[in-house]
Amino acid sequence: MTIAAQTPLALIAELTHRCPLHCVYCSNPLELGRRADELTTEVWSRVFREAVEAGVLQVDFTGGEPLARPDILDLVRAARETGLYVNLITSGMPLDEARLDQLVQAGLDHIQLSFQGASEEPANEIAGTKAHANKLRVLDWLKTRRLAVTLNFVIHRRNIDQLAEMLALAESSCAGRIEFANVQYYGWAFANRKNLLPTRQQLDRSVELLKRAEERLRGRINVEFVVPDYYATYPKACMGGWGRKMMLVTPSGDVLPCHAAQVIPNLHFDNLKNRSLREIWEKSEAFQKFRGEEWMPEPCKSCDRRTRDFGGCRCQAFLLTGDAEATDPVCFLAPRRPEVDAIVAAANGPSAEVLVKPSWLYRSNPA
Amino acid sequence: MRVLHMPERALRLNGPSLEIIERCDGQRTVKEIISELQKLYSKAEPKKVEEDILGYLARLHDQRALDFTSDPADRGDRAQ
Repeated sequence: MTIAAQTPLALIAELTHRCPLHCVYCSNPLELGRRADELTTEVWSRVFREAVEAGVLQVDFTGGEPLARPDILDLVRAARETGLYVNLITSGMPLDEARLDQLVQAGLDHIQLSFQGASEEPANEIAGTKAHANKLRVLDWLKTRRLAVTLNFVIHRRNIDQLAEMLALAESSCAGRIEFANVQYYGWAFANRKNLLPTRQQLDRSVELLKRAEERLRGRINVEFVVPDYYATYPKACMGGWGRKMMLVTPSGDVLPCHAAQVIPNLHFDNLKNRSLREIWEKSEAFQKFRGEEWMPEPCKSCDRRTRDFGGCRCQAFLLTGDAEATDPVCFLAPRRPEVDAIVAAANGPSAEVLVKPSWLYRSNPA
Repeated sequence: MRVLHMPERALRLNGPSLEIIERCDGQRTVKEIISELQKLYSKAEPKKVEEDILGYLARLHDQRALDFTSDPADRGDRAQ
């Protein structure tokens, strides 16, 4: 039986896994897609047309670093021509002022510029390269461009105490929106989790600080905050529900329900070279697998919250329990919640030192 | 179908929401928008129309989907 699909809202286009940064929490898979396998400009252009036909309204260009694609201007143009709202999620490298103007002229609607911290040294430690000063230059250039701007700060144990400085940076910029997104534990972040998960005290302080900032900046800057769900009582509605609103295309054209889905064993992903986007969205095995409620175990199946969190995150269930069909262990009702509690307890234990520089596993670059 | 896009959000517009947004053109004042819609929805209580419009515009302003400006030189510029 086929479970009926809703109209998708957004297409996340991972244009490449190449990136000048080596962030220790990168959401890309540990096995990165190779340059030789990347989709061509023509195939991506077809994908954008098919996305619009399937009802998609917005496209997020991400990576890796989307600016690493030599054809980035053609891709922005192609997406914009179909009527998609084009969002560039970027480290701001490699970029100069002329290139930025070209991107705006090509039809870019929104740029989301990532920062690894509020100041040079800690930010560069996380990025594994000297990136921070470049980002500040980009932020300055943006002041005179007609473009919606979001600043994205990925938050973790090492920088969560610097939120005030990050807010000050954002307030001195032209950003209409700031995202403070706590690290989600997949990919490289899962491997570095021990050094990234904040303490409960850090988290409580940050929530309080951001609540005040949100009120103070209302109408000027939209402040968004993503909590680390290991500390939550209920699981997050991951991707707004599996196969409900979003789909992700990898650099080589595999279509996934989320960034991390490839960690789930024995799940087959269709490739755009062989099937249309709409057919994959509606019928493919991967999207069908956890769409709707049929797959749910108890306590989800009879839980009132199942229409709000859609059973949480399947990748997290797999990473923490070895079973992608298990209840998201973040949920306080999950049989495997004690394992999350143990991870949280370790992060808050007496040996959990915040100040020393940890030994990071830095994200590598694909062949 | 008309859509109001903003970062990571899209509002499908129809009926009154579309009538309001179409008039947020950087030229009309809020007062003018209200008066036009009171004529368009002449069966509705004018006070209620005004309140609904002000509430809707305030919500969109909070979401940074539109800016208010008192400077005519600013009109039509830098709407996000």
